[in-house]
Amino acid sequence: MDFDLMMRVFPFFLEAALVTVQLSILTAILGLICGSLGAAARLSRLRFFRAIGATYVSIIRGTPALIQIFILYFGGPQIGIQLDAFSAGVIGLSVNIGAYMTETIRGAIISVDKGQMEAARTLGMSRWQTMRNVIIPQAARLMVRPLGVNINALIKGTALVAAISVIELTYTAQRYIGSTYKPFEMFLISGALYMIIIYVTGRGIAWLDRKVQIT
Amino acid sequence: MSDAPFIEIRNAAKSFGALEVLKDINLTVEKGQIVAIIGPSGSGKSTLLRAINELDPLTSGEVWLDGVQINKDLPFRQYEKHVNQVRQDIGMVFQHFNLFPHLTVRGNITLAPKMLKGLSDKEVNELAEEQLKRVGMLERIDYYPSQLSGGQKQRVAIARALAMKPKVMLFDEATSALDPELVEEVNLVMKQLAEEHMTMIIVTHEMGFAQDVCDRVLFMDQGYVVEEGSPDVVFRNPTQDRTKDFLKKHLQGQN
Ligand SMILES: Nc1ncnc2c1ncn2[C@@H]1O[C@H](COP(=O)(O)OP(=O)(O)OP(=O)(O)O)[C@@H](O)[C@H]1O
Ligand SMILES: [Mg+2]
Repeated sequence: MDFDLMMRVFPFFLEAALVTVQLSILTAILGLICGSLGAAARLSRLRFFRAIGATYVSIIRGTPALIQIFILYFGGPQIGIQLDAFSAGVIGLSVNIGAYMTETIRGAIISVDKGQMEAARTLGMSRWQTMRNVIIPQAARLMVRPLGVNINALIKGTALVAAISVIELTYTAQRYIGSTYKPFEMFLISGALYMIIIYVTGRGIAWLDRKVQIT
Repeated sequence: MSDAPFIEIRNAAKSFGALEVLKDINLTVEKGQIVAIIGPSGSGKSTLLRAINELDPLTSGEVWLDGVQINKDLPFRQYEKHVNQVRQDIGMVFQHFNLFPHLTVRGNITLAPKMLKGLSDKEVNELAEEQLKRVGMLERIDYYPSQLSGGQKQRVAIARALAMKPKVMLFDEATSALDPELVEEVNLVMKQLAEEHMTMIIVTHEMGFAQDVCDRVLFMDQGYVVEEGSPDVVFRNPTQDRTKDFLKKHLQGQN
């Protein structure tokens, strides 16, 4: 192993890791928004919204994320959507993970005991008041862990945007392999940095999960 | 209006799909009356109770409370507004308490009055304390439901319903999920409400309690009210065979 080379390129990998972190954070935030909207649609009283939610989930989960990102980035300009690689990457990844988060959030909401809705409605609270004050606070506690699983997948999924030349960890490894012919070392650095990002995130989620549990 | 019954259920029928659960039920309850509903499992007792506050809306028939029709046929938004309003007058207590686990006892009781009655924090706190005193749970006001026994949970659930100042209280087997030694503390609270002349409809498997506390007993079987009358009549001199069979099974070891 060429440690000398690894030390020399390391700063560039750190910069790339920062891009991966940015991609992950933006994707997590936008993904949560997509997931919340998706779950609201899936749980709507109106068949129309339920159908939209179900279609969203089944299309996204039924096709490779890479194809979704390619359609957005390469196919977009053909229908008048012109995005830089980073934006296309964030949007593509968010819409993708949002479908999985839709199911996570919906699952947490429907697993709150039915008696909770009945008790609140019996007191005269509206459906929305009940959702906001009774159901969602309980569902939120149930969804921290499974959303953590989604976020773990999302971080690894950011590697896909190397394919549209976003200069993140995977792309950076490939670029240095082109000039150094040392794939083992280069992918090792990338892998190690991914692992650190994922480990720290995992600890954060475990902390949050402990913090939200009911006394 | 003044001579109309306080609660009136007229020609009530209810189906879940093809299953007819309530069949032409008529029932009137006067203000301050305490009515027990007994009957075998699956006879429709819960469904009837839940029809009164529109948790399980009737397929046909009418439910009236104090001159207001509960089960009005309205467009969705108006209907929701209407039921949210009338449900404030109908307290309900469930077998499994259904306290809100993420809120303290205080939070459980103040949530709905704060939101629906426009009371200040001070007012709802006083309300919570007053209602908790009534059920003997004041000293647990800052506990979470998970820190209470079943009997205590149910008393808090009763206080939560009472805090809305309902015109009637519905109890669906309020003591069935409790350990035997915890039943009495809940029964005592219900007896106290009876002495305060709260109008109550009580679904119960406890024949002794029904006999002691209730003015009237309804025996239901297969979606019908088979027999009704004063506890003395229904328990001691039932006229219907189905009532006799049921009581034979359920009074064993009780009297
Ligand atoms: N939501 C529902 N969907 C379909 N069937 C239902 C529903 N709720 C109740 N039923 C059926 O309606 C019938 C009456 O049920 P109900 O709960 O009113 O009986 P019950 O007299 O309260 O019985 P128990 O003493 O066991 O509580 C039963 O056959 C039950 O399976
Ligand atoms: Mg029942």
